[in-house]
Amino acid sequence: MSIELLRLIWIFLPQLLPWPLYELGVMAVAFLGVIFFMILMVLFMVWFERKIIGHIQVRIGPLHTGGWHGWAQSIADTIKLFLKEDIIPRGVDKPVYILAPLVVFVSTVVVYVVIPFSEKLVARDINMGILFVFAIGSVATIGIFMAGWGSNNKYSLLGAMRVAAQIVSYEVPLLLSVLGVLMLAQTLSLKGIVEAQKHVWYVLLQPLGFAIYVIAGIGEVNRLPFDIPEAESELVAGFHTEYSGLRFAFFFLAEYANMFVMSAMATVLFLGGWHGPILPGFFWFVGKAFFFMFFMVWLRGTFPRLRVDQMMSFCWKVLLPLAFLNLLVTGLVMSVLK
Amino acid sequence: MVEPTTEFKTERLFINMGPQHPSTHGVLRLGLTIEGERVIEVFPDVGFLHRGIEKLAEKRTYVQLIPLTDRLDYLAAMSNNLAFVLAVESLLEVEISRRASYIRVIVAELSRLASHLVWLGSFANDLGASTPLLYCFREREDILDAFEVLCGARMTFNYVRFGGVARDVTPEFVDKCRRFLETFDKRVDEYERLLTNNPIFLSRTKGVGILSREDAISYAASGPMLRGSAVTWDLRKDAPYLVYPEMDFIIPTGSVGDVWDRYIVRIVEMRQAARIIRQALDGLPEGDFKAKLPRALKPAKGEAYSRVEAPKGELGFYVISDGTTSPYRVKIRAPSFINLAAILAMTKGALIADLVAILGSIDIVLGEVDR
Repeated sequence: MSIELLRLIWIFLPQLLPWPLYELGVMAVAFLGVIFFMILMVLFMVWFERKIIGHIQVRIGPLHTGGWHGWAQSIADTIKLFLKEDIIPRGVDKPVYILAPLVVFVSTVVVYVVIPFSEKLVARDINMGILFVFAIGSVATIGIFMAGWGSNNKYSLLGAMRVAAQIVSYEVPLLLSVLGVLMLAQTLSLKGIVEAQKHVWYVLLQPLGFAIYVIAGIGEVNRLPFDIPEAESELVAGFHTEYSGLRFAFFFLAEYANMFVMSAMATVLFLGGWHGPILPGFFWFVGKAFFFMFFMVWLRGTFPRLRVDQMMSFCWKVLLPLAFLNLLVTGLVMSVLK
Repeated sequence: MVEPTTEFKTERLFINMGPQHPSTHGVLRLGLTIEGERVIEVFPDVGFLHRGIEKLAEKRTYVQLIPLTDRLDYLAAMSNNLAFVLAVESLLEVEISRRASYIRVIVAELSRLASHLVWLGSFANDLGASTPLLYCFREREDILDAFEVLCGARMTFNYVRFGGVARDVTPEFVDKCRRFLETFDKRVDEYERLLTNNPIFLSRTKGVGILSREDAISYAASGPMLRGSAVTWDLRKDAPYLVYPEMDFIIPTGSVGDVWDRYIVRIVEMRQAARIIRQALDGLPEGDFKAKLPRALKPAKGEAYSRVEAPKGELGFYVISDGTTSPYRVKIRAPSFINLAAILAMTKGALIADLVAILGSIDIVLGEVDR
């Protein structure tokens, strides 16, 4: 009886509540869910990376905090960052300085809304999801540039200039490599793209596109060997040199969240999203994304850093022509097979 | 008609690199004038770690001075001990035993390995490859363990003494060295697999920071810096001391004098140093490890200059004695300091990222630069 009543309430809830309340409530729940998932993911990712890189470098990595293999290390680090004094250096451009971490953080979180973790588990399936991801994602560049400019620090400024140059140029081959997938799937919806890969993953149909996506994606999230904007040995910490405490935590969170977005998009576009045998789709999705993450950490443990001019010429002279070639071949094959 | 301007004018920026900066390896300050990313002018500012060791020397006895030399190039303290002791010994006119000579060669070459390992690790780290750093420190740990067995200290040894060495070599030390040398060559192969043929590493080092043969000589560069610029000059061969003439080893040289040449010279040198240690361990003769000397050392009036091939280059001690228990004057020719001057010739038109690579390839230790 009471279950029946609850079901009725659930069905008629939208009609019972005054107009904006229900929509806002749904949004709030979705957003909180996304934030919660993201923070959990980032905490795990940081620990995961430190363990992997530790073992690559004949170390052990975090071991004590929390008992089992230092699993609570990143939680403890986060609490430390949150409790730290909030320092705003005297010389900074205050509004820009304060706004920058928020711009970066928010533009990263919003992307999570459209990621299809499994067939059912997607906060909002927009019919042009892929455009949404890359459009919103590139807003973060502005935030990073604001941080570098507002810090009033020469190293930060250099870092910010590098970011602007790097992300703007790496976005071009990145999007071109994605175009091949869009041509195959005939849809812009992320869910639709995954559904189109039910039988064959696009990594098999688009190997060159996948390679370009991986390289440009790593360039896009500023990871080694493309971590030029925050090249520690050159620019100290690049654009976030002057940030500490909570504000730094936002950048840090956004950086790792962004890495996950890149991995998730690789999964959606090339690795068949949630498709996989036996296990529920969600696990397949996260597992594939984390394999990609592992790959990035592996690269970090192996490669030195490129120089800024070499990286740019690599992007424009190698990646871009290859991306065009990939697009051309895809188009030709598709029209022949038609 | 107005000519269209094709040149884009930008403002020059002055930035301080150091004394607190991740890749100045200590407290070196570089004043950089940059245009965008390009370095227009470099101004190395040294002296933040000045402790006045040369002046202190005038107030200390000779024996008290040996520990001070440990604090020069603290990554290869044995070489510093050795250079100073050799200078004073030539004033004392003391004969040292062959066993002591062999031990000195062993510790000096182990020091060279330790120093080159730290260099390789931090140089790779400067280029963004963080893994070699930890690999190198793993090997260095074995060397330091061996030193600990030998003399109780891990970095500041005070081991090479007038007339010989402080303690005799124990079988345990020999054993540790042999065990270390067994795996060492394979470990160097490992570093080379990570770096030598890596396209990113090559693009960061080939043709960067070229120091021509002429410049290298006129800046009085020495050590791997000089040899990287295709000059075959190694004091162990060209002005032999101790028992180096009995050892079989080669002197590697580069061809163009870029960062990569200096890198490969040091890599080969590490392999050669391991070879020398093996030979010295095999041929270690019996005998005294220390000659008898009076308790209060009073070298004859006069002056002496002795130099050794330290890991960083030619390390020289110029000692003037006035016949008392402490020297009248000591002058140290520090290779890091003199090699650092050549940065002016190497950084013309370099990018900031290149500057980091170039500075890393010089291999400076600020304890020695500032003395």
